[in-house]
Amino acid sequence: MAVEMLSYIERKSPVHQLTGVTKLVCFLIWSTVAMLTYDTRVLLFLFLFSICVFIVSKVKLKEVAFVLLFILFFLMINNLAIYVFSPQEGVKIYGTSHVLVEISGRYTITIEQLFYQINVTLKYFTVIPAAILFIVTTNPSEFAASLNRIGVSYRISYAVALALRYIPDIQRDFRTIALSQQARGIDMSRKEKLPRRIKNAASIIIPLILSSLDKIEMISNAMELRGFGKNKQRTWYRARPFQKIDILTLILFTLILLVSLYVTFHDGNRFYNPFS
Amino acid sequence: MKRKNLSIKTIVAIGIGSAVFAILGRFAVIPTGVPNTNFDTSYGFLALMAIVFGPIAGGLIGLIGHALKDAIFYGTPWWSWVVVSGIVGFLIGLASKKINIEAGKFPVKNIILFNVIQIVVQAIGWFVIAPSLDIFIYVEPANKVYLQGLVAGGLNMAVVAVLGTLLLSIYAKSRSQSGSLTKDL
Repeated sequence: MAVEMLSYIERKSPVHQLTGVTKLVCFLIWSTVAMLTYDTRVLLFLFLFSICVFIVSKVKLKEVAFVLLFILFFLMINNLAIYVFSPQEGVKIYGTSHVLVEISGRYTITIEQLFYQINVTLKYFTVIPAAILFIVTTNPSEFAASLNRIGVSYRISYAVALALRYIPDIQRDFRTIALSQQARGIDMSRKEKLPRRIKNAASIIIPLILSSLDKIEMISNAMELRGFGKNKQRTWYRARPFQKIDILTLILFTLILLVSLYVTFHDGNRFYNPFS
Repeated sequence: MKRKNLSIKTIVAIGIGSAVFAILGRFAVIPTGVPNTNFDTSYGFLALMAIVFGPIAGGLIGLIGHALKDAIFYGTPWWSWVVVSGIVGFLIGLASKKINIEAGKFPVKNIILFNVIQIVVQAIGWFVIAPSLDIFIYVEPANKVYLQGLVAGGLNMAVVAVLGTLLLSIYAKSRSQSGSLTKDL
């Protein structure tokens, strides 16, 4: 496939051995902490910790580099945009102003602004390794089983499993349709003008959607024939029992959650303020 | 058959719908020239699925589809916007009872109704909820996220108005019209 996407990478490592449930719960805890906190100390700790887990997982940087490059590019644009739109946001948050470089008017660079933008970037950096790791170390089938295990109804878990199963198929359909339309001279690429491009895009999307609607019909018939949804519960081929390491990991992550929230909020403010 | 649980067809629609949403959101986007804002065709598809399969399917397709797209193509789900995709799908889906697309007709009256609803729903979603979540979670500057919401929301409205309406009328034509059979005497 020409376009790269993140997918499960089979490997022997402690991170891979954890059950899907453990990884899902840990990922949710991680996202929650990273969303709630803005404390630089907590963010730094989370970032370094996730780097360590990354090394333990034996996933090579090369294997996920394409996503990382994209994210770095995005973060750069985002940082520029923050500065352009609100160059004194840091001053507003931390309440002091240490001027670093004098530039006309409101675009004066302050230490507070730099510190704030470093925090914003760090906030993304704490989630990204965790999210990437979760995706590349969790088998998709086991992921659906895990969703069911943490309380999501098995019907919806199965829908997620179906989505993961069919993304490559639909990607292939999309390419096939796009190529056959291009053979007829219908181009969706940069070479066409915008209104024409939108019209041409429609001529690729409509066949794709109609064929997907047919697929829905076919798959639901097949599932109905096999008696899907007859019982209240369902067993999963990929579900695995908890091991000692799972319980230890869960305890560790719960501790991280509690300590981070305590450190963040004990002074009544999400931010760590080194200026006061 | 009991209707209490989700029907098998709805479950499959959620699964396949999420996959199509993710693929369209990754490959069938047309950059407008303004950085980080695209003419994103997947929202036209989301509107179609919400009207055909109802609010629960619409909401879950938005939620699962957007989360998967972010996760596998961009490395990390952007929760504030994922949630809004879910809300938009769900709310547009609420109109599915009023717009009975399975009847095989999509008259002007319903086209107007559909577009009024989608514009109101998306205005709430992209202009209010998404930027507010961005400010709450990421503490980004207010004027930046509101502008992003305004541009993205406006584009999504245009996509749904053009592509969503088109898809729905094509879909309606592919259904057999109610009352289309006459008794042969």
